Amino acid sequence: MRTLSEWSSRMAIVLRLASFLAYRQVRRGSLWTNLLITSVMALTFLNLIFIGGILVGLIESASTANRTLYTGDVLISATQTRPYIEDSPSAIALVRSLPWVEALSARYTGIADVEAGYRSKTNYTDIPNETNALLTGINPMDEDAVSGLRSRVIAGSYLDPQDSEAILMGADKLYQYSPIDTPGLRTLKDVAIGDRVRIKVGPHVKEFTVKGIVKGKVQEIDSRIFMLDTSLRELLGRADKSVNEIAINTFTDEGAVFTKEALVRSGLSERARVQTWVDAQPKFIRDIKDTFALLGNIVGTIGLIVSSITIFIVIFINAVTRRKYIGILRGIGVDASVIELSYVMQALFYATVGTVVGALVLFCIIKPWIDVHPINFPFSDGVLSVTAVGTSLRGALLIVASLIAGYVPARMIVKQNTLDAILGR
Amino acid sequence: MTKAKKRVSTQVSPLIAVCSLTKTFHVGDAEVRALRGVSFTVREGEFVAITGRSGSGKSTLLYQLGALDHPTSGEVIIDGVDITRISGKRRTAFRLDKLGYVFQDYALLPELTATENVMVPLMMQGVSTDGARRKSAEALQRVGLGDRLLNRPSQLSGGQQQRVAIARAIAHEPKILFADEPTANLDSETSETILDLFIELNRFGQTILMVTHEKEYASITGRVIMLADGEMVSDKSPKRVQSRV
Repeated sequence: MRTLSEWSSRMAIVLRLASFLAYRQVRRGSLWTNLLITSVMALTFLNLIFIGGILVGLIESASTANRTLYTGDVLISATQTRPYIEDSPSAIALVRSLPWVEALSARYTGIADVEAGYRSKTNYTDIPNETNALLTGINPMDEDAVSGLRSRVIAGSYLDPQDSEAILMGADKLYQYSPIDTPGLRTLKDVAIGDRVRIKVGPHVKEFTVKGIVKGKVQEIDSRIFMLDTSLRELLGRADKSVNEIAINTFTDEGAVFTKEALVRSGLSERARVQTWVDAQPKFIRDIKDTFALLGNIVGTIGLIVSSITIFIVIFINAVTRRKYIGILRGIGVDASVIELSYVMQALFYATVGTVVGALVLFCIIKPWIDVHPINFPFSDGVLSVTAVGTSLRGALLIVASLIAGYVPARMIVKQNTLDAILGR
Repeated sequence: MTKAKKRVSTQVSPLIAVCSLTKTFHVGDAEVRALRGVSFTVREGEFVAITGRSGSGKSTLLYQLGALDHPTSGEVIIDGVDITRISGKRRTAFRLDKLGYVFQDYALLPELTATENVMVPLMMQGVSTDGARRKSAEALQRVGLGDRLLNRPSQLSGGQQQRVAIARAIAHEPKILFADEPTANLDSETSETILDLFIELNRFGQTILMVTHEKEYASITGRVIMLADGEMVSDKSPKRVQSRV
């Protein structure tokens, strides 16, 4: 039975000689072999991160767009039992008084029928070119300050405060942008900038000019029609100033939570729904996010298994081609543990360098490029979602897998008959 | 206990005692008996040549003596230890402590310099890196390669590589030095240099067992064991030994 000091001095010998051999084998090995193995590791690491990152990024991008364009950091909206936020002016005044609030946009909403091409219609039996939409009355300056809606105008131009007879059409309401035409989901055909459309809300009918078309890949924006708040109030026949939504931007992320808490404490939550942008996310986004995260993990796990097999093959080939030398080391009395550890150290080196190279490529090239050139998906601009913690975790997993995948083939070769290895039998 | 074993135990502590050693290989359905009951002893300080024709079993015998292979039956007692009965891990440790090898094709590690090749067994014995480097340099100087310490095997000639292999085999001061056809890949002039080196080592007390198929090279040793078809057919002291040394 070995004593602790014998064991520790034995371990020191094993470590010293293993690192001696590993260092020289890597440093004086073929440059091309080292480059090849490191490249395989780096690509394996990227594979581990990329697919999951894109899947999660796709939904995070949709979630971010929903926050930016629709909810802001905090959204106050009418409850399901009330048509609007009661005593809106005092609610708006309260919000403006909070120190965390950067900007707010009060929105009026109402359902309307929208008809186009009615002037050129010759036969009254023709099916009218119409759809229905949620009208949203805004102060263009306030709305742009909160959501940056102006930047989402893809044709025409944004509303000015004097545009009392102009509207912005959500792209989903136009056939040319959303070619869907089913009985329950109709779109307007042949509508261009400058065309007149007729909007009907109950008994009230008024013509508006299409000044611009907005598209933000957020349903709440793309399926709405925006006009001045004064125009909508007039159309709805509303004399009061009770709004339906108040979107608020705060200076910081924590400010959103503090704002919500302050509003809830004030009693506003009894007459309106107060949500942070997280609470206000549509359920399908949260569900898809969970699903995609799961898919990302599954793909990541498969990637990790493939990586392990790749590393195993690389180390195995490396060990097999060096089988004779492993036999010689065994023949001259080098313990199996030294040889195994030297291969584990080499695997550790390749995995670490591969991971670092992969991380540099990821954070210095791929991610910045995709941030500037998002992948154009129908429902969001796909970005690469990677975090330092997630990347470190995957890097650590890859390194652990490499250690195992490096040890096993070395063990298999070392276990073979020493003489057969030396003689190449 | 067999007669052979009794005979061995009565001798005055030979360094190597081989008793009824057999080794059988199976090639397909065929059985090849490479060693057939070989027995002999070697005293400390002897220089023994094992010779015979190709396929006579001389290399197979060396592998059994060098604890690189397991015999089918029989005993190999080296320095009081029956190496046929010890586990793989202990055999490795035994090889490190007691034995040194010189292989036919030098068997140097290509990524390591001459010094580093020699350092490996020393470091495995627990010698510090600096100590191993110093001892390696001494061993290389002893074999005449003091000016080639930092050369890698690919930068050395065949004879120089074999001398590095000899330095590696002797640096940790083994009890026995095994050499398997150490001159087979060398020209005659270089071969004689290597053999002179063995003679020199033996003069300082190094026990050497060398396999060779060259009768002339065998004749420079103190004792020649000849094998034929796996059996020991002669065990003589050559006449030319004294004149050469």
